[in-house]
Amino acid sequence: MDITFENVTYIYQQNTPFAHKAIDDLSFQIKSGSYVAIIGHTGSGKSTLIQHLNGLAIPTEGKVSIGSYHLSKEEKPKDMKELRSKVGVVFQYPEHQLFEETVAKDIAFGPQNFGVSEAEIQNRINEITSAVGLDESLLERSPFDLSGGQMRRVAIAGVLAVKPDVLVLDEPTAGLDPRGQKEIMDMFYKLHQDQGLTTILVTHSMEDALKYADHVLILNKGTKYMEGSPEEVFSQKEALQRVQLDVPEIVQFLDEFQERFGTSIPFKKQSVKELAEAIQQQIKGAEST
Amino acid sequence: MRKKIIEFRNVSFRYGDEGPWVLKNCSFEIYENEWVAIIGHNGSGKSTIAKLLNGLLFPQEGEIIIDGEVVNEESIWNIRKEVGMVFQNPDNQFVGATVQDDVAFGMENRGVPREEMKKRIIDTLAAVGMQDYRLTEPHRLSGGQKQRVAIASVLAIAPKVLILDEATAMLDPSGRQEIMQTVASIQGREKLSLITITHDLQEVAQADRVIVMNSGEIWKEQTPREVFSQKEALREIGLDVPFVAILAGELKQAGVAISTEPLNHKELLEDLWTLHSRT
Repeated sequence: MDITFENVTYIYQQNTPFAHKAIDDLSFQIKSGSYVAIIGHTGSGKSTLIQHLNGLAIPTEGKVSIGSYHLSKEEKPKDMKELRSKVGVVFQYPEHQLFEETVAKDIAFGPQNFGVSEAEIQNRINEITSAVGLDESLLERSPFDLSGGQMRRVAIAGVLAVKPDVLVLDEPTAGLDPRGQKEIMDMFYKLHQDQGLTTILVTHSMEDALKYADHVLILNKGTKYMEGSPEEVFSQKEALQRVQLDVPEIVQFLDEFQERFGTSIPFKKQSVKELAEAIQQQIKGAEST
Repeated sequence: MRKKIIEFRNVSFRYGDEGPWVLKNCSFEIYENEWVAIIGHNGSGKSTIAKLLNGLLFPQEGEIIIDGEVVNEESIWNIRKEVGMVFQNPDNQFVGATVQDDVAFGMENRGVPREEMKKRIIDTLAAVGMQDYRLTEPHRLSGGQKQRVAIASVLAIAPKVLILDEATAMLDPSGRQEIMQTVASIQGREKLSLITITHDLQEVAQADRVIVMNSGEIWKEQTPREVFSQKEALREIGLDVPFVAILAGELKQAGVAISTEPLNHKELLEDLWTLHSRT
């Protein structure tokens, strides 16, 4: 589903002394099937933005379109529930939302609410437990007896069981160890490709944005600050630093390399191996002259 | 001779009488003014070590000695004055209505005289760069600022050991940097042993020594440089390797004669520059 924001403004507690503009005249477009990373400093409007994607927030001004669903002051979808079955949101620390007696029941809760048949739910549970890397033996256990990493997977399985077209991930790996982080991110990437999902990742990790996203949107104070491919956005180090953001470590290194050696190796999303070969060329180049 | 502040002697711990051992026969020492990072995958026993250090838990086997005293139910009240902890979630560790109330809380519990409290509030808030926020309500602070106040609250009771248990994990990159700069500058000025429990490799690289935990056992006790040189083994136990170590490895593969195990960009660039000017 294509997603469009047209001049969206969102004000918390409008018409009170506490009114606060979290999003300010924001416009952008996300193409169906793309993987978009949304990055911004704390308070830049990221969380407010994603609440618009499944109608938890309605624009104060402007219009949000998710496929054929439109959200604006004048127009709300008649069936908000239907929109929410199309857009799955994995919030921060989603394991805090687990509540059922067993893992299987917790995963089934979402699809049951959307009226999916019991037989179909069983199919989905089997399919999704293996996709998120949960052992089937855990299905009848209490989710509260599991490790943190396993609980996170159960919570994610619950969102996936609804079979959304758009998957929104709000810092999905916070608090996991490095292996857990990589496993979860690789899993989402595989789902993204296999099921043709539109994936929106809110993250502080420039490394993850560089590795997985094909489009990057940088927010600052509720407005769009930069937008483009990871290569385009991350090669603009000064601009990113002005809004207290880092660049991926490889870009930082290339910058320091240029400072020390006076010659530059352009950033084009190369692997560390390719980078090593380019450096080797530079050093050897000096040898032959 | 360096003074031992913490000693674990053959410590084993499990939750309940039937549970699996979370720590298995762990022994290590931490010295005065030393910075030790403890790393390991989730469930490797890192945080259990922190909880044993200030008596939130007691070991079933072995002994823990802090500043010459064996940790037990009687000594723990004394020992808690020496061991301060800052946890992961900045929102879970505020008790005061203002920043200065919060810093005062720990001192009130220890009966510090009022005049002394006033002085320490000013001193410790200055140490973490939060002196301008004395009367601010905690919910108006950013995550990094909250953690800095939490550190000030701990410093106000003048501990010998400060433990940061994933204290930067929930912060954004600039918040993380704030905390690590704060901690490094405090350690430069005062006699304080620092234990950071973390997944952040840049934090690990700053430590004097690293204890690597794997499945409840001490896997390695080395300098950061030695630890990061074992790339394959680190990955096997579920940990990450810093970019600079990966790049150094790839450079060697590509036939560049890197001579050291660089810990940061600067060291690697120096090494490359030397190679470059030699040819």
